[in-house]
Amino acid sequence: MQPIKKYLSSAWQALFGDPVRAFGIVSLILLLALAIAPAKEHFSQWHSYQRKYLALIHDRGDAVSLRRRFVPGIHQIWLPELGVVDRCTTCHLGLNESSLSDVGQQPFRKHPVVPHPLDGFGCVICHGGQGQATTVAEAHHSERAGEDPILPMRYIESGCGQCHQNALLGTPQLNLGRTMLTRYGCVHCHAITRPDGSKLLATDHPPSLAHIADKTTRDWIYSWLKDPQAFSASTTMPNYKLSDADASDISAFLVSTSTTHAGDTAALETKPAANADPSAGPSLYGESFCASCHAVQNAAGNIVGGDLGPELTRIGNKAKPEWLAAWLENPRTYDATTPMPQYRFTPQQITTLVAFLEAKTDSDYGSGVHLDAASPQQIAHGRKLIVELGCAACHEINGVQKPENFAPELSTIGSKPLTQIVFLPGMEHTMSSYIVAKIHEPHAFGPSVKMPQFALTASQTDALTTALLALTNRSHAIPDSLRVAATPETNYRPAGHAGKLVNDLACFSCHRFNGRGGDMAPDLSWEGSSVQSQWLTSFLHNPNTLRPSLIRRMPRFNLSDSDNKELTDYILTVYQSPSIDPDFTVTPGNDAATVEHGRQLFYSKYACQACHIVDTKTDKGYIGPTLAAVGSRLTPAWVYAWLRDPQALRPGTTEPNQNLSDEDARALTSFLMSLKGSGGRGAKP
Amino acid sequence: MMTKSTARITIPASAAIAFIALVLLAGCKRAAPANPGLKATAQGSALVESSGGHQVGATGTPLKDPLVVQVNDDQGTAVPGALVEFHGPSGVSFDPAAVVTDPSGQATTSVTLGAIAGRYQLSAVTLGKGKPVSLSIVETSLGYQQRVGSILADKYCNRCHDPESSPQRVSNYDNLEVKPHPFTDGGTLNKMSDADLTSIILHGGPALNRSALMPPYGNTLSASDIKALIAYTRAVSDPPFQLPGTVYEHK
Repeated sequence: MQPIKKYLSSAWQALFGDPVRAFGIVSLILLLALAIAPAKEHFSQWHSYQRKYLALIHDRGDAVSLRRRFVPGIHQIWLPELGVVDRCTTCHLGLNESSLSDVGQQPFRKHPVVPHPLDGFGCVICHGGQGQATTVAEAHHSERAGEDPILPMRYIESGCGQCHQNALLGTPQLNLGRTMLTRYGCVHCHAITRPDGSKLLATDHPPSLAHIADKTTRDWIYSWLKDPQAFSASTTMPNYKLSDADASDISAFLVSTSTTHAGDTAALETKPAANADPSAGPSLYGESFCASCHAVQNAAGNIVGGDLGPELTRIGNKAKPEWLAAWLENPRTYDATTPMPQYRFTPQQITTLVAFLEAKTDSDYGSGVHLDAASPQQIAHGRKLIVELGCAACHEINGVQKPENFAPELSTIGSKPLTQIVFLPGMEHTMSSYIVAKIHEPHAFGPSVKMPQFALTASQTDALTTALLALTNRSHAIPDSLRVAATPETNYRPAGHAGKLVNDLACFSCHRFNGRGGDMAPDLSWEGSSVQSQWLTSFLHNPNTLRPSLIRRMPRFNLSDSDNKELTDYILTVYQSPSIDPDFTVTPGNDAATVEHGRQLFYSKYACQACHIVDTKTDKGYIGPTLAAVGSRLTPAWVYAWLRDPQALRPGTTEPNQNLSDEDARALTSFLMSLKGSGGRGAKP
Repeated sequence: MMTKSTARITIPASAAIAFIALVLLAGCKRAAPANPGLKATAQGSALVESSGGHQVGATGTPLKDPLVVQVNDDQGTAVPGALVEFHGPSGVSFDPAAVVTDPSGQATTSVTLGAIAGRYQLSAVTLGKGKPVSLSIVETSLGYQQRVGSILADKYCNRCHDPESSPQRVSNYDNLEVKPHPFTDGGTLNKMSDADLTSIILHGGPALNRSALMPPYGNTLSASDIKALIAYTRAVSDPPFQLPGTVYEHK
């Protein structure tokens, strides 16, 4: 102790022994203290990046102009409206320098071309991270309370989705994810409110289970619940990973609560004839274009067909023949809102189709399932499980109410603070990896998690994650002027008896009218201005192919003459475009010379044969509809207006606007209208 | 604050330069991660690409199809149990990065390309008898603008310009008297300037004394759409697009 004391006092003497010395030392300390701030700046990370940048541009050909634009110090993009304070450009110095696109790595490489300028939007809106930070670690990786690490590049489209609520051409992953949110039924359980206050509505059609016992057996329900994808690989029904006993109890309850629906159990009127043509079933299935909506797994294991209706690979295992016959006769009796059309099949056709579909049976499927009759306790337990699992959020079930707000709301899930999230051990602490893991295997987050496991591919999971990450606080907080709203579906419904026909034939499942409907087939909002009455009547009677290269076709609905006339008249009267003058004529000069002039324009100046067929012997163009009999199909007013500006009549159509003069358009219209005939290829006279 | 660049190079030029940079980068391989769990039980003497090369994906996202390579011996028969390691420039990730070949001698991995658009030179390496055998694989990743171009090309162009047919999209290529150039046809398209490509898209084939079967899209596509289409064409052209001559003289 003593020597230390002695040493300290001698040091004191040496440094502050006399006033002059003490003054000198204090001055020195002050000087050093003053040097701390500049030294800190000199040795800061961003400063070293700026020195590296200067070294990088030093040897370049355009060093002079690059150096002229270089401003030392901390840079900041400050956009108070958007809440952006981004200092990223302090180190990322080359983002706007087009000559630096050859730099192999960030931070000095030029930013790729995107529609928005850097100084108008900043960086973190799209990329995440901490804009204010001036060190690499804090800007990119910080996960302290209220902070978020930078967004991995694979989810970058979520940035666009914060302002753009509509589908953008350049963001396929975001668009897919948004479609999945409604198509896979996420929004049945999770409420999602868009920034404009509208709710995201489900677009899937989970079947009602109120009469399930008419349709199928308890054994099938049991096997289905155990593993929905084993029955139909493409179903959107998730797997609840139920135990055998639970699946058995649920199936018991569903069968016990099902009520009988008149007609579903009626015995088949005609039995399939013993000598029935074996090809009748497949050809009726083909002619009716069932495959446009329903898929079937082929021998190679590929699922072929549409996804509007359920997959039919093993439909024979599921559907009782009596129910199937009643369903094919009129699906709307069993389910008033089904997207399936009423085909108006004859009883013989129904028998043929039922026999064909019932033969789609996999004898191995569910062969080991033999359920004993359930006790009342088991049935009660089944009901309890159904309530707990929220089955009624999607399906109508007798005696079980649809639960409200069954699962957490996801309107701002992308901004949920990381501190509120329980990560699994070993998991990267980011919102994106949490969402991916939760979708991929919900049960890994504990046995009490009710969320079922969806059968999704990795790219589907990424798409869904992108759509969820776009649901941020910022998307609600941005100024209205920056928001691009989604185009909402209208609730247009045609009225009267024709409206009922449109509903029965489920025209809206494929066609769009006045802002509502599907996108499988053309928008018919202006069909009345477009086609001729006689053609429409014969087309509805027997639809033939207009576009030879399309697989999906309009089915034939066996309409009665009066129904056909009613529908034709309705379409021609109601679906008229205000921009098309029905009294338009091609005059002056609707004669052979004009027609010939139009033919020359068609084949040489505009080379329309690249995409269209006029002469079925010589023309080969495959892209647009066949025009061989267009003079008997379309009205001259429509043809003329279409030639002048196709996109004005059908936005997004691929036919380019060739900016035709009035004279050329009239000559071409004359030529096209001279092409009379009974219809496209394969039409019967 | 931010200054707008006044030095302008066209986007394809930048893509070309990026390609050169990437090729250079490909030279510097990262140290392979140690794989204590994997052990080769056999050695081959040749590596061949089975599938998954020459894909076009988006930056930072996994490629659609897995990359599959096969290890063969001197006689050309497949070697199961050989260890294959995958390498790529920084930013590229493989899942998994090291694979022991399956009974058919194939090693499969899924590839996620980096955040920088351009052509990526990847390599697969297996330990042959005595010395390592390697195989190089090229994949392309598209930036935002190039991807918009690829989507537009799918909608407006590929029905004629892409000779490949699928049930979903029957190609019109064979039906045309004058054959259009596929967008990957670098031999022809690389010789055309951006201005020529723009004018043929804007005004149609006759603008450059070519076939009228190519219609004008000037009233249908926007200026940025056309730039995106050209950027896409430049990104996928084979041989790769390079600007004629140097852009800036080096000191």
